[in-house]
Amino acid sequence: MFGYYLQLALRNLRRNPGLTALMIGAVALGIAVCVMTLTMYHAMSGNPIWWKNDVLYAVTMDFWDPQQPNDEKKPELPPTQLTYRDAMAVYRSDIPARKVIMHKAVGILSVDGQALKPERVTTRVTTKDFFQMFDVPMQYGGTWTDAADFGPEPVMVLSRKMNEKLFGGANSVGKRIRWNDNEFRIVGVRDNWLPLPAFYDVNNGSLEDPEDVYIPFGWNVALELQSAGNTNGWKPEDVKNYQDFLGSEMTWIQMWVELPDRAAHDKFKAFIDNYAMEQKKAGRYQRPLNNRLTKPDEWLKVNDVVSNDDRILVGLAFAFLAVCLLNTVGLLLAKFLNNAPLTGVRRALGASRRQVFMQHLVEVGVISTIGALLGLALGGLLLMGLRALYTFDVQDAGGTQALAHVDMTSVVTALSLAFFATIAAGLYPAWRIGRIPPATYLKAQ
Amino acid sequence: MLEMHGISKIYRTDLIETHALRNFSLKVGDGEFVAVTGPSGSGKTTFMNVAGLLESFDTGTYNLDGQDVSRLSDEQRSRLRNEKIGFIFQSFNLIPDLDIFDNVDVPLRYRGLTSKDREQRIKSALEVVGLSARMHHMPSQLSGGQQQRAAIARALAGDPRFLLADEPTGNVDSLMARQVMDLLEQINEMGTTIIMVTHDPELARRAHRNVHIVDGQISDFKPFEPRDESPAHPAAGVAMAMAPA
Repeated sequence: MFGYYLQLALRNLRRNPGLTALMIGAVALGIAVCVMTLTMYHAMSGNPIWWKNDVLYAVTMDFWDPQQPNDEKKPELPPTQLTYRDAMAVYRSDIPARKVIMHKAVGILSVDGQALKPERVTTRVTTKDFFQMFDVPMQYGGTWTDAADFGPEPVMVLSRKMNEKLFGGANSVGKRIRWNDNEFRIVGVRDNWLPLPAFYDVNNGSLEDPEDVYIPFGWNVALELQSAGNTNGWKPEDVKNYQDFLGSEMTWIQMWVELPDRAAHDKFKAFIDNYAMEQKKAGRYQRPLNNRLTKPDEWLKVNDVVSNDDRILVGLAFAFLAVCLLNTVGLLLAKFLNNAPLTGVRRALGASRRQVFMQHLVEVGVISTIGALLGLALGGLLLMGLRALYTFDVQDAGGTQALAHVDMTSVVTALSLAFFATIAAGLYPAWRIGRIPPATYLKAQ
Repeated sequence: MLEMHGISKIYRTDLIETHALRNFSLKVGDGEFVAVTGPSGSGKTTFMNVAGLLESFDTGTYNLDGQDVSRLSDEQRSRLRNEKIGFIFQSFNLIPDLDIFDNVDVPLRYRGLTSKDREQRIKSALEVVGLSARMHHMPSQLSGGQQQRAAIARALAGDPRFLLADEPTGNVDSLMARQVMDLLEQINEMGTTIIMVTHDPELARRAHRNVHIVDGQISDFKPFEPRDESPAHPAAGVAMAMAPA
């Protein structure tokens, strides 16, 4: 009978094309808004490096004001960044398989002999393990050596987008380029990569593009660089020069370590605790011992990368879907009741309530399927618009990794939403039409 | 056999109660052709709806082919309606966006017959009413008389024991009305019990007996007088009766 019901459904939908279009449109719009919101939510709340969740750790240490915590709302958490001197001290440990200290900066990029105007670029000043720790794909070349980190050597990794802009996408490894009027040699070109959210630095906008340029961490001292992100302190300090800044209690360095097993984790944790105890003796770290190694999923959670506003937005999207579905219920009722005389004939000819219910439910299923597909397409368009709004560069997104992850979740969610929500919306009209006594329809004829 | 005893049916609104059938009793034997007459609002259609299991009743008993229908579920009533009762309506009630073949197919679909079996029955029913050549026409492409014949074919395709016809000639001209009546007589002669509501005294006289309803009760009862007519081959008679005018 399913095939017969399907035939009838398609015939009925063609009978009232206007009403059909309205119903499908309402379902599609509700689904599209939900898909868009959920996709953004997943993008912002998902763990973009889930496959290394058990080995990567953000390092935080509580050296903050003994009188008050860094965050009144979450007094148990240390600051999200380290001071330069703590970062440098802890970085010396050889316990982690990999380790990175880094921050965001901005610089002016130019190429000698090229007509292109100097360009302001976002830059990550980092130690070399950044690329391997976070599985950053490379298009050309590779990263720099250990020696280059603190040499520092004038070497640089460009983003694929910047390489295309400056060198037309050709292999630029070995070419010279100027950053803040200092000459650097390109050693690698980062391929498309878009971890959403940017878990490795939650201080600078979790939906922003990754940096265009990467230079060794040692250039901080050589060029007296400062962070382009948050720099926070807990007490007034007399900072007269850059050396004072480096020795201050200001936090601006992010640190991550890769610890392959529990033993390494415990050993490194003991190491930073010992370091903190030493610092206590020197008059720092006056708060209770509170050093933390936090996995990426937990890191995103405790740092509220998904804000309450985003959750409210998801709630609103579902409310909008509910409104669309309520409208669909009304339209379905109108449509089914409009065809009630024909249903009455079918009842008179032997169709049971169950069969009438099933026939109309299949019709609802057809509407939901078409609505879902249309909603997915519409949701895709809305997402494209949103990406443009957030200056997401799809070309640079590469994020086949990140985007594919997001898309699959959205598709499954949207299809489930469309199916269950519209079927649920159609249950009442389908049930209602089966409950009206057939004689009523026949009189209506 | 159809047997109603003490049936009453009351339509209720917030303000009034309407007694459509009052202590209504009727027995219709196998093979009978009964004409039901009465003024408008007398309860004829309610009787037909109750008889056709399209409406429930408030009190009384109703046995259809030996089965007490008052205790049946909707599923059982629908199956009984599908297998034992054929309906013919005044306004034909063909489904407008199905062709004649598919219209006749509707009751067979709910019986779960195979495609081959259904096709055989549809073609046979359409042949009986003389519409074989029009099976792929849409209802709107047929005259009123042809549409009613298609509706009769739909009622016949399921091979019902009872045919309930509510003013079957009400929407066709007098010539077509006679043809439809001829067809019903032929079907009755093949053994199908027919109960027909009509306002037309001439058509009513062609039935075996008349039941006159006034205010939901039978006011006149004419006993069944079997006619002495039995064609050698009923289908041949039907085909003759439905020859194009």
